[in-house]
Amino acid sequence: MLVTQFLILGALLFSIGIYGVLVRRNAVLVLLSIELMLAAVNINLVAFGAFLQDTMLGGQAFALFVITIAAAEVGIGLAIVVLIFRNRSSANVDELDLMRW
Amino acid sequence: MSPTLALFALQAHEPGHLSDGGVLAEFAWLIPLVPLVLMVAIVFVGKRLPYKGWELAEAAMLFVAVYGVTLLIMNASGGIYHEGSVEIARIGAYTIEWGWVVDGLSIMMYSVVGVVGLAVFTYSKGYMKGDVRYTWFFAAFTLFAGAMLVLVSAANMIQLLVGWELVGLASYLLIGHYWEDHSNNAAAIKAFFTNKIADVGLVIGIIIIGVTVGSFRFNDVLTAVFDGDSALAQVAFWAGLALFIGAMGKSAQFPFHVWLPDAMAGPTPVSSLMHAATMVTAGVYLLGRMFPFYQSDVFAADVKTIIIVIGAITLFAMGLIALVQDDIKKVLAYSTLSQLGYMTVAMGAGAYTAGLFHLFTHAFFKGLLFLAAGSVIHAVHSNNMSDMGGLRKPMPWTYKTFLVGSLALAGIFPLAGFWSKDEILASISYDAGHGGGTIASVVLWIAIAGAFVTAFYMARAVYLTFFGEYKGHAHPHESPKIMTYPLIGLAALSIVAGFVNVPGVYTGFTEWLAARPFSMGDHHAESINFALAAIGLLVALAGIAAGTRLWRKDAATQAERDRFRIPVLYPVLEHKYYIDDLYRVALVDPIRGPVARFVNWTNTYVIDAVVNAFGGLSMVLAKGVYRGVDQRGIDLAINAVAGATGEAGEALRHTTTGRVQQYAGALFAGAVLLVLGLLIFT
Repeated sequence: MLVTQFLILGALLFSIGIYGVLVRRNAVLVLLSIELMLAAVNINLVAFGAFLQDTMLGGQAFALFVITIAAAEVGIGLAIVVLIFRNRSSANVDELDLMRW
Repeated sequence: MSPTLALFALQAHEPGHLSDGGVLAEFAWLIPLVPLVLMVAIVFVGKRLPYKGWELAEAAMLFVAVYGVTLLIMNASGGIYHEGSVEIARIGAYTIEWGWVVDGLSIMMYSVVGVVGLAVFTYSKGYMKGDVRYTWFFAAFTLFAGAMLVLVSAANMIQLLVGWELVGLASYLLIGHYWEDHSNNAAAIKAFFTNKIADVGLVIGIIIIGVTVGSFRFNDVLTAVFDGDSALAQVAFWAGLALFIGAMGKSAQFPFHVWLPDAMAGPTPVSSLMHAATMVTAGVYLLGRMFPFYQSDVFAADVKTIIIVIGAITLFAMGLIALVQDDIKKVLAYSTLSQLGYMTVAMGAGAYTAGLFHLFTHAFFKGLLFLAAGSVIHAVHSNNMSDMGGLRKPMPWTYKTFLVGSLALAGIFPLAGFWSKDEILASISYDAGHGGGTIASVVLWIAIAGAFVTAFYMARAVYLTFFGEYKGHAHPHESPKIMTYPLIGLAALSIVAGFVNVPGVYTGFTEWLAARPFSMGDHHAESINFALAAIGLLVALAGIAAGTRLWRKDAATQAERDRFRIPVLYPVLEHKYYIDDLYRVALVDPIRGPVARFVNWTNTYVIDAVVNAFGGLSMVLAKGVYRGVDQRGIDLAINAVAGATGEAGEALRHTTTGRVQQYAGALFAGAVLLVLGLLIFT
C-alpha cells in the first residue's frame, strides 16, 4: 500500500487551510480553514495508522479525538463570532484589533 | 569561784555520731527556694490577691519557721548533719555548685530567720497598712528573707557570696522604700556602697582560699585546715583578714558601721528583721562557718586579735552614741552595733558558742524592741523620743513588751540577754588566761563597761518613751492586735530563749551548734561563772539605776536632763565621733569633686573625642561610598539596564499589531523555519 497519495492529499489540504487562515478576512471562513487543517492532520493520522498496521489502532483513535476537539472548538469559535457580529455588525478579522498595543 | 572551761583539741572527726536528718534534710533546699519563688509570685499576682500579696509572704515565713523549728527539734534530739550539692557550671578546674547545708549552725539560723520573720511579717500587715507600695514592700521583704536563707544554707563560698549580695540588694530596696524623700535614697545608697566596699574584702578572701584549696566548698576548706594544708597556712592570715573585712561590712563593725544607723530610713519592720535575723547577723555567721580556720594556730589565729579589738571598739563606742540619740530607732540601731560588737568580740575570743548564742537571743529581743518602737512610732507619728513620753498608759502591751526587751538587752537575770552576755564575758575571761593576753583582759573590762552603757541607754529609752508626760501632738492609742500579738510572742521568746544554754544545767544550744562534721575547738563554759555573772548583773542594775535617777521625772526635767552635758564628750558623741564627717571630707567629697570632675573631663575630652572621631570618619567614608560607589557605580548600572529595557520595549511594541492573522503567519513562519532547520542540520 502506498502512503504517498494520502500524504500529498493531506499536505494540499493543510496548505489550503493555512492559506485560508492567513488570507481570508471573514472570521467564519477562518474557522472553516482551521477545520481543513485539522482534517489534513486526520488524514495523515489514519494513513500512517493503516500503513504501519498498528494493532492498537492508535492513528484512527487519535483521529476520533481530534474530530471531537474540532467540533468543540468550532462550537465555541462560532459562538464568539456570532457575539462579535452582534456587537460590531461585522465579522471581519482585520477590524478586531483590541489586543493592539 | 574559778571558771571551769574546756578547750577541745582541734581535730576533724567523722560525722558518724550525727544522723543524716532523713528526708527533711534532703529537701532543705526548699527553705531558700520557697521564699524566692513566692517573692516572684507576689510581684506578678500579688496585687490581685485578697490581702495584696501579704498572704504569700506570710506563707513563705510560716513554711521556713515550721521547717526550721522542726529541724531544730530533730537536731536537739540527736544532731543532724546533711549536705547536698547540685553542679551548676564548671570553670576550668573549679566547680560552681548550688548546695544546702543542714547542720547545727544553719539550722539555728533557719529557725531564727523563720520565727523572727514570721513575727515581723505578721506585724507588717498592720504596720504597712495603707502604704502606697504595699505589695512591692512584701515582695522585697520576702526577697530579703530568701536571700538570707540562700546565704546561710550555702555549702560553698560562691553561693554564700550570691546570698550576701542578694541581701545587700534587698536591703537597698527596703531602706529606700520611701524613696520620695531624697534622704532615704541617700541612706539606701550609703548602705549599699559601704557594704560593697567591704564586700571587696570578702571576694578577695574567697578567691585566695578557693584558689589555694582548689575548691570553694566550706567542707573542703575546713578539711584542709584540719589536714594542716601548708599552702593554705601561708595565705591564711590575709585570707582570714579579707573575709573578716567582708564580715565587718555586713555586721556593721567599726569602721564600716556608718550605714546601719542610716538604714533606719526604711520602714520599721525592715529595721527589725535586718537587725534581728537577716543582714547584720551574716558577718557573725560567716565567722562561725569558718570558725576552725580562725581558731587554728597555724592558720588565721592572728586575725582573732584584730577581730576582738574591732569588736571591742564597736561595742563600747557605738553604745555611747546610743545615749545621745533622740530618734528611738537610732538608739536601737546603735544598740545593735554595740551588741554586734559583743558577738564579734566573742568570735575573736575563740568562743563560737557564746557569739552565736548571743546572736540567737539578740535576734528575739532586738526584733521585739524594733517592733515595739514601730508600734510607738505608729501611734505618735514621730520617731523622736522628744515627741513621746507617758505612753505606758495608752499603750500597755507595747510598754510591757518593750520593757521585757529592754531588760533582756540589758542582761537582767533571768531574761535571754543575761545568759548570752554572761557566756561572752566568761569566754573573754577564759581567753585572757589562755593566749588572749593583755588585750583580752582589757576587752573584758570594756565589755563589762559596755554592759553598763547598754543598761543606761535602754533605761533612758524606756523612761523618755513611756514615763513622764506626753510631749507629742498625735493621740496615741494601742496598736491593733495583729501588731501586738507578734510583740507578745517575741517577748515570750526573749524571756525563755536564754534557758537553752545554762552552763552546767542544760547545754542544749552548745550541742545544737556542735552538730557539724568538724570539732569547733571553741571555748565554752562548763558551769556558770558566778563571779562574772554577778559583776555583769550588778553593772547592768547600776546602769538602770543611773538611768532612773536621770530620766524618771516629768517632761520638763526629762528634756533638761536629756541634754546632760559631759564637756568635750557630748558634742563628740552627738557628731558620732565625726566619722561620717571624716568619710565625707576624706572619701565622698574627693570622689564627688576632683575625681568626678576628672572622670567627667576624661569622658568629654577623651572618650567623646574618640567616639566623635570614629563618627566623623564613618560619615566621611559613608559620603564617599554614597557618591562614588552608590551614585556612580550601582545607580549607573541599574539605570542602564532599565533604559535598555525601555528602549527595547519601545522598539518591539510595534510588532504587537493586534491582528490575529499576522500572529498566525509568524507562527507558521516559525514552524517552517524550525522544520527547515531540522532538515538542514540533521
